[in-house]
Amino acid sequence: MGMSLGGVLNFLVSFAIMASIYAILAIGLNVHWGYTGLLNFGIAGFFALGAYTSALITSPKPVGIMANYVRQAIGLNLPFLLGIAGAAIVSGVIAGVIGILTLRLSEGYLAIATIGIAESIRIFINNESWLANGPQGLIGLPRPLHNIVPRCYYNYLYLVIVSIFLTVIYFAVERGIRSPWGRVLRAIREDEIMVSADGKNVFFFKLQSLIFGAMIMGIGGALYAHFSAAIQPGVFEPLFGTFIIWAMLTLGGTGNNKGAIIGSFIVWALWSWSTFLIFKVVPRGFETRAPYIRYVLIGLLLIFIIIKRPKGMLGEEAHVSEF
Amino acid sequence: MAELIVYGIILGSIIALGSIGLTLIWGITDLFNCAHGDQITVGAYTAFVFTSLFSNMGILQGKVGPFSFCWGVLLAFIPAVIISVVLALIIDRWVYKPLRHSGAHFITSFIASIGVAWVLRGFIYIIWGADFHFYSSGLRTVAFLPLGIKLRIDEIFIVVIAWMAVALVYLFLAKTKKGKALRALADNPGLARISGIDTEYMIKWAWGIAGTLIAIAGILYGIETQLRPEMGWIFLLPLFAAIILGGKGSITGALIGGLLLGIAQQVSTAWLLPTYKPAIAFIIMIAVLIFRPKGIFGRRHI
Amino acid sequence: MTILEVEDITSGYGSMPVLHGLSLKIEKGQIVSLLGPNGAGKTTLLRTIFGILKPWKGIIYFDGKDIKDLPPEKITRIGMGYVPQEENIFPSLTVQENLEMGAFIREDNWSGRLEDIYEMFPDLTKRRKSRAGELSGGMRQMLAIGRALMLNPVLLLLDEPSTGIAPYLVDQIFEKIKALKGHGMTIFLVEQNTQALKCSDRSYILEGGEKKAEGNACDLLADEEIAKHYLGK
Ligand SMILES: Nc1ncnc2c1ncn2[C@@H]1O[C@H](COP(=O)(O)OP(=O)(O)O)[C@@H](O)[C@H]1O
Ligand SMILES: [Mg+2]
Repeated sequence: MGMSLGGVLNFLVSFAIMASIYAILAIGLNVHWGYTGLLNFGIAGFFALGAYTSALITSPKPVGIMANYVRQAIGLNLPFLLGIAGAAIVSGVIAGVIGILTLRLSEGYLAIATIGIAESIRIFINNESWLANGPQGLIGLPRPLHNIVPRCYYNYLYLVIVSIFLTVIYFAVERGIRSPWGRVLRAIREDEIMVSADGKNVFFFKLQSLIFGAMIMGIGGALYAHFSAAIQPGVFEPLFGTFIIWAMLTLGGTGNNKGAIIGSFIVWALWSWSTFLIFKVVPRGFETRAPYIRYVLIGLLLIFIIIKRPKGMLGEEAHVSEF
Repeated sequence: MAELIVYGIILGSIIALGSIGLTLIWGITDLFNCAHGDQITVGAYTAFVFTSLFSNMGILQGKVGPFSFCWGVLLAFIPAVIISVVLALIIDRWVYKPLRHSGAHFITSFIASIGVAWVLRGFIYIIWGADFHFYSSGLRTVAFLPLGIKLRIDEIFIVVIAWMAVALVYLFLAKTKKGKALRALADNPGLARISGIDTEYMIKWAWGIAGTLIAIAGILYGIETQLRPEMGWIFLLPLFAAIILGGKGSITGALIGGLLLGIAQQVSTAWLLPTYKPAIAFIIMIAVLIFRPKGIFGRRHI
Repeated sequence: MTILEVEDITSGYGSMPVLHGLSLKIEKGQIVSLLGPNGAGKTTLLRTIFGILKPWKGIIYFDGKDIKDLPPEKITRIGMGYVPQEENIFPSLTVQENLEMGAFIREDNWSGRLEDIYEMFPDLTKRRKSRAGELSGGMRQMLAIGRALMLNPVLLLLDEPSTGIAPYLVDQIFEKIKALKGHGMTIFLVEQNTQALKCSDRSYILEGGEKKAEGNACDLLADEEIAKHYLGK
């Protein structure tokens, strides 16, 4: 397959955008699992909530003939940044409710409960077509600042936008985790009983961590919605919505935000590039099956890292807290 | 309604069969095995390979009684079980055992099992492609039962085999020395070691049982629907719900949990869209987790 | 004849040592007790002897053989039995199944042994089919001892069998222990209850992972300094 330089660049740019969005989700997971020890396996739920909230806030309600084809409960036609804010707030509020219900569960059960909740959210969106057009999903979502650059260069601009969000979130989490608050979270991860013996309300700190991480995930979801400009419930199935992000964080290094970013880029690179490489080597007639080699590659890499480098590629960073 | 309950029992029997191996491994090794679903898929496809092989050799082509499948499918149970067990033992040896011995957090082995699931699914796609497959193209005879219940004859076979398998596992665990040792190991691994029970050896037995049930569940599931690469993965979440309902390591719990979920899912279609079926399973599971975290029955005997 | 010899053992958890160069000896056919306050390292010592913890330093001889590197499932096979302090039964198994698990490694017919144990603990007989988790504290302790006795071990390690059970049962348990000695069994009895001294031939006192005193049980009881300091008299 011949590809022009422009084509390669375009591919790299959209690769970097997706990888950065995943990095944001992985940082959100790092807040939950890496720093507080919360086993959130319902990332997809917050991912979906963020994407759908921002979509409903920023897109206009369909009118005329479109209204017959696209049903959505609301369509506020508000600016992108309000969409992002709404995504963060809705994810955070729902996380608060979920947390109040489930955070007393022991860790493993929390994992299973959150998988179930995320799937229930997805199935709800899928079935209740009045809300956001059911399985067909929403298309033609607004792309921020789309009128200031030519259409074919839009992704370059969007990469800048996503990078800004990634940077801000990265530093916000780094600061938060080095603050006294973050120190309590890490203490909870290490020894919950000690922390509660210190007179701290462990449940409340866990709830805050769940909400904070979920807000980050919600923002990631919103950024995804405006990048792909189309969302369907199918995107938020456990594989791509949750498990792949766990793989990214585990590979990069749990408890390490740089690791979360590196892990996201590596896994997403394996996922999106392997098809190209594989097309060159597979025998004719097998082209349609070749892409699935990436399942094998990522699976093997994940197993290998877990057994040989249980702390991930980077391992956990040492944290010095400010007092 | 009677019809929905009968359908629920059929679905529940398959869920129960699928979940017993899962809860057994969970109880004994602390592994919540995410690859269980894809191992089920492998079981189904292995049987498919042998069925095709028999049909290419032109043997065992006769239909089994009133059922839609031929004798080849029945015979294929044997190699499918063997391969499923061997696969389970290989995976345990190379993935979970090293993790057990390094004292890894149970979540680490859970994530490793996600990796295993992807590897298996990747191979299934590569070898068999994304298309659907069927064990046989035979007509599926329907039986008319009282109360206006329509049933595919195959489903009777499925329920009978599922319950026979479950009963055998139950008897094994309740009556044999190895079965009791497995339960002892799940109950108190430290004391089991002190009593001279070789943990690693018993874990091999547990995988042997799980692998057998996995293959059987895969084939029955394949007879009920059709073979596709995602079949086991999609099936996995209801299995998780069933074993949570039943309580860690409990065979009878998983059995009752599976039946309950199957019936609840089918009966719910009287009021809700069928696409809500999986959500019903999760909502029951979450409610049980919140109100009865040890499962609905608490700790059970087996 | 010395059946168990522990010499200069250092052992602990993670990087934290609990026992600091501990030595002791157990003579065949005796009841030897080890007393000490909570956190002294008594349980840690038993775990180290039984191969659950690997000693960092020192030697452990059982019946003349070096057993320092043997795992617990092997140690069970060479004639040592162990009743842990906690979690010493299989709660979801029945009483009978618990005892069967005690005999797991026996290939011969052990039904006679089972009846002996029911005879020794008649209360268990009525509860054969009950789940062990449903038993009272005292009954659990009897079951735990019964399980270890299924193999008729040469040396039995008992970790605080009298802790947390009704007082009238405590005497009963010490009686059973003496009866076991009568059958020729050697017993290493870890206790906090000073009553243990009365039925033992020899005693050690442990505190902070170090041996504070050893000797004839009567002598230790008679020694005012020791009695005041360690035995709470
Ligand atoms: N599993 C463990 N991990 C870490 N430290 C332990 C563990 N078990 C006991 N300890 C510590 O080792 C010391 C000795 O404990 P232990 O041997 O149980 O004492 P004893 O049985 O005499 O009460 C205590 O300080 C205790 O906190
Ligand atoms: Mg103790």
